[in-house]
Amino acid sequence: MRAGLRRFARNRMALAGSVVIFCVFLLTVTAPFLFPQGAFNLAGQPLQPPSLRFPLGTDALGRDVAAGVAEGARTSLLIGISAALSAVLFGAAVGGIAGYYRGPIDLLLMRLTEFFQTIPAFLLAMLLVVILSPSLLSVIIAIAAVSWPGIARLVRGEFVALGGREFILASAGLGASGPRIIFRHLLPNCLSSIIAVGSLLVATAILLETGLAFLGLGDPNIMSWGLQISAGRVSLRSAWWVCTFPGIAILLTVLSINLIGDGLNEALNPRLRKR
Amino acid sequence: MRRWRYFGYRLLLALPVVFGILILNFFLIRLAPGDAASVLAGESGAATPEYTELLRTKFGLDRPLPEQFVAYILAALRFDLGFSFRNDAPVSELIFARLGPTVLLMITAFTLALSIGTLLGLLAAVARNTWRDAVISVATLVCYATPGFWLGLMLIVIFSLHLGWFPTSGFENIAEGYEGWERVVDVARHLAMPAMALGLFYLALYTRVMRASMLEQTGMDYVVTARAKGQSERRIMFGHMLRNAFLPVLTMAGVQAGNLIGGSVVIETVFGWPGIGTLAFNALQSRDLNLLLGIFFISACLVVIINLIVEILTVFLDPRIQA
Repeated sequence: MRAGLRRFARNRMALAGSVVIFCVFLLTVTAPFLFPQGAFNLAGQPLQPPSLRFPLGTDALGRDVAAGVAEGARTSLLIGISAALSAVLFGAAVGGIAGYYRGPIDLLLMRLTEFFQTIPAFLLAMLLVVILSPSLLSVIIAIAAVSWPGIARLVRGEFVALGGREFILASAGLGASGPRIIFRHLLPNCLSSIIAVGSLLVATAILLETGLAFLGLGDPNIMSWGLQISAGRVSLRSAWWVCTFPGIAILLTVLSINLIGDGLNEALNPRLRKR
Repeated sequence: MRRWRYFGYRLLLALPVVFGILILNFFLIRLAPGDAASVLAGESGAATPEYTELLRTKFGLDRPLPEQFVAYILAALRFDLGFSFRNDAPVSELIFARLGPTVLLMITAFTLALSIGTLLGLLAAVARNTWRDAVISVATLVCYATPGFWLGLMLIVIFSLHLGWFPTSGFENIAEGYEGWERVVDVARHLAMPAMALGLFYLALYTRVMRASMLEQTGMDYVVTARAKGQSERRIMFGHMLRNAFLPVLTMAGVQAGNLIGGSVVIETVFGWPGIGTLAFNALQSRDLNLLLGIFFISACLVVIINLIVEILTVFLDPRIQA
């Protein structure tokens, strides 16, 4: 792990991504001080182009686009990270059970995983949000519900590969219980690949979240980038800035997370290291 | 003959997926607050208790759950997906009327992404570690992180509003009453930007997979053999490696088919493309749950069909798969 982090630090692209994400984090922390009025506040004349007072302009209701981008950063990171985390936990549980116990349980769980991988993820997420009514929690649940299959297959594969190794057989021979083998031996050994793949999940979760918010399936009381873009659509003809800047924020954030994820993958994944 | 039996076997494997979606749908509607009758009654806009009760008996919601389930499955197998009160039409009728434009959009985006992505990946792998490889890699990274709906809006700003090259929305210019080839050109002009907005993400994805896959092939024994017997680099590349390297790309394309449909929902709403996506968006706005579930079911069936086609293509490309 230590050596892996050092390898990560040598990857310039990944480092650049980390810097951008750090700036986004900084933005979420400082947003309440930079924009004490909040993103829904009517700050000035509607549809003002970018100026010194409003660096990113104002939207059709006279709201400051910069304030929206700052608050949207918090929403996106919050949803992205918690949805990815829930998906990792659930996926690891499913994959772990399937990979450790094998047999009919394995068959059943893997069929279920493949099923969830086949069905249109975005449509299922849409349906879940509609049924649970749009809120922060329902969006997180919906995104997690469509994101776990990849992790489940990964963890199952690792467990199956590790299952026949000597140290696992040895600890089973010493009388270690199932949970002990799973949590003390199997999980720590595939943690690095879970971290690498899980970090990439954050990026797809953010893309899903902005897509849902764009369709009006976000919490209406919380500012988000997707909501900003969908609100700016009506004034696209006269005010390009309302849609453009939140989109650039999404692009930069997702790109940076992908770079970090790729960097982690290369640094922590022993099978990829040779390339 | 063995090949056809294999396809039959794959088709058989697809059936549980369709069945699974029906089960999922059946339980999703029961997850909603209130029962299906109150959801349906709320949709039709006349939610008196008597009316709700009428619906409850009409749709058999007062019968035991297993009985309801069997009735639901039997109806769905006849493509009877219920009634959309908002649109005053059967759900299946609404969906099938909109299927054409969506399939056209998806196939265009998919074909463009697959062909150009494969080509760019090949190019990047051939020119590994040169500026060309770097440019392609950076471009794919950026495209891979761009939300399709935002890209669509930006395309509208640049190519429709400023340059006036492409129309902003719609499927065709009905007022002009084009016929024959003129109509094809008209639809193609409307199709260009949505297909690009939808396809660019997948183009980036296939480029990445193709590049990695080509690099994986370079060390293989058969490549060394071909080189040793003095074959030209061009022949090794196109005659030997291309086909092998393309297989993972195709597999990935099959896996991504479901996401392509989800993406087209968002893209269609941006461009007012009269397909399933716009239908889904309208259903979303009016909380027409029955219609949404129907769209989900039909889209999932579409994904299963695409997966089967990809499977068949894979078998033709790789005769080793015969098991």
